[in-house]
Amino acid sequence: MALLCLVTLFSSCKKSDDEITADTKSTFIMEFENQVNGSPLVLNTNTYKNAKGEDFKINIFKYYVSNIKLSKADGTVFLIPESYFLIDASKSESTIITLKDVPTGDYTKIEYTIGVDYARNFAGAQTGALDPMNGMFWTWNSGYIFVKFEGTSPQSTATNNTLTFHIGGVLDPNNTIRTFSTDINVANPLRIRTDKKPDMHFIVNAGALFTGKTDISFAKLNFTMGGENSVIVADNYANGLFRLDHIHN
Amino acid sequence: MYACSKNEDEITPEETKIVFLVPSNFPAPTYNFEDNKLTNAGFALGKKLFYEARLSADKSVSCGSCHQQFAGFTQLDHRVSHGVNNCQGKRNTPPLVNLAWQKAFFWDGGVKNIETSPLNAITDVCEMGTDLETIVALLKNTTPYPDLFKKAFGSPEINSQRVLKSITQFTAVLVSCNSKYDKVMRKENGTTFSSTELAGYNLFREKCSSCHAEPFFTDFSYRSNGLDITSADEGRSHITGVNTDFGKFRVPTLRNIEYTSPYMHDGRFYSLDEVLEHYNSGIKASSNLDPQLKNGIALSTGEREQIKAFLKTLTDNEFIKNTLYSET
Repeated sequence: MALLCLVTLFSSCKKSDDEITADTKSTFIMEFENQVNGSPLVLNTNTYKNAKGEDFKINIFKYYVSNIKLSKADGTVFLIPESYFLIDASKSESTIITLKDVPTGDYTKIEYTIGVDYARNFAGAQTGALDPMNGMFWTWNSGYIFVKFEGTSPQSTATNNTLTFHIGGVLDPNNTIRTFSTDINVANPLRIRTDKKPDMHFIVNAGALFTGKTDISFAKLNFTMGGENSVIVADNYANGLFRLDHIHN
Repeated sequence: MYACSKNEDEITPEETKIVFLVPSNFPAPTYNFEDNKLTNAGFALGKKLFYEARLSADKSVSCGSCHQQFAGFTQLDHRVSHGVNNCQGKRNTPPLVNLAWQKAFFWDGGVKNIETSPLNAITDVCEMGTDLETIVALLKNTTPYPDLFKKAFGSPEINSQRVLKSITQFTAVLVSCNSKYDKVMRKENGTTFSSTELAGYNLFREKCSSCHAEPFFTDFSYRSNGLDITSADEGRSHITGVNTDFGKFRVPTLRNIEYTSPYMHDGRFYSLDEVLEHYNSGIKASSNLDPQLKNGIALSTGEREQIKAFLKTLTDNEFIKNTLYSET
């Protein structure tokens, strides 16, 4: 009862829209622009090159972004509750996500999990982005596919020259949970205000799966569904998959 | 199970309240229905889905086809599971019993939550051969499912989460705890073992229970019991990717063992005599053989009879014949 009264009190003394107070909340947008090494990602038709100079095409590119955390310069951190999103290059609407009920303020850092946290991999039946119907859940070995990349390359030795990179797994030594984190320019922080809906624009480089720590040749690695080869791919994309390009405040 | 007799058709029998009780000789369960409130409507829906053959690709196989109540919810006389289009699966059907205490599922422990366990069988091309989209679409268009989902969840919405949670309301309630063994342990109504059963129990505790630990008759660990020099099925290492897990399988429960033949992950043994003979003289020196089985388990003919007599005290007829769990 005491808490309820407090909340009522706070909302009743809301001030002008632009003023930042602890109790106001608003919305921002994260937009993921899928690319391959600087070129727009176009499924099925465009041909790209990996760091080894091998051609490839992409048929499926999907990934989870979860547990989004925002930090202010003073060190306060806000974890957006239940933030689980599946971005699918074949569904343009999935590339723009809206985060609601975020405390207003100036944020200078954003951090999120590439994939799904440990607990949810073993939790009961989920819905929404984590619904097993989305084709991102391994039924025989519980856990989510964090990043799913399927395509073809003339260099692939697999049947029909396919490329199958299903990256996931949370158990050591093959844990593929990776965290993306970036500082935001203090001169232009993420300004969340009640009267504004800022837009963070991220470039997502699908080519990052195959370069970075280890340059991958499709002649040697063209199939992984968890395990040590998935770790190689996760270690590659941990740094190169996402880049914060700009913010429209 | 009904409070009043059922000879007058017009009288609606008072419904038995479905409850999940932890038997006094069992520890606290892993699954406790915290995020899946157990209700009669949820249980009834789960049971109907469990026995619904239309969920499978050729509409011939339900969960209950391979998990038969009279066989302790495994499949009688089938070495391996028998799925759609007469396809033979890879492994022996595990019995569905006391699942609420299990932390991992299937012979290799690959699945970590009871709620997501049916996905394997639903999608395996040799089991039900379908997928969740197809099932959800079918249920949305099939009476009386929208009504049943409304009763169970408060709205007629049908999604994969509701399908899986309702099936769990059925499978997690499948508790077998009323065998003679249980009654002896709980000192119920002065139940005691016969002298042969008691001798068998003492032998069992000496020679078997380090793996088949009471009260579940498994310690839920993964071990190789020396069936083959080189296992044809990689078993646990398929999940962990670790060589030392090659050819290991979860120690199976022995509850209702009298009815769950055939035995082992590949169903190679049809009788308990064959199983006991394996431990007595048939252990092969597989690379990851459990150290406790290095020299086999010597069992005289008399000892085998005593152990078998004890194992039959694990038969729970109240469970096997409970109409609450039956298809009709």
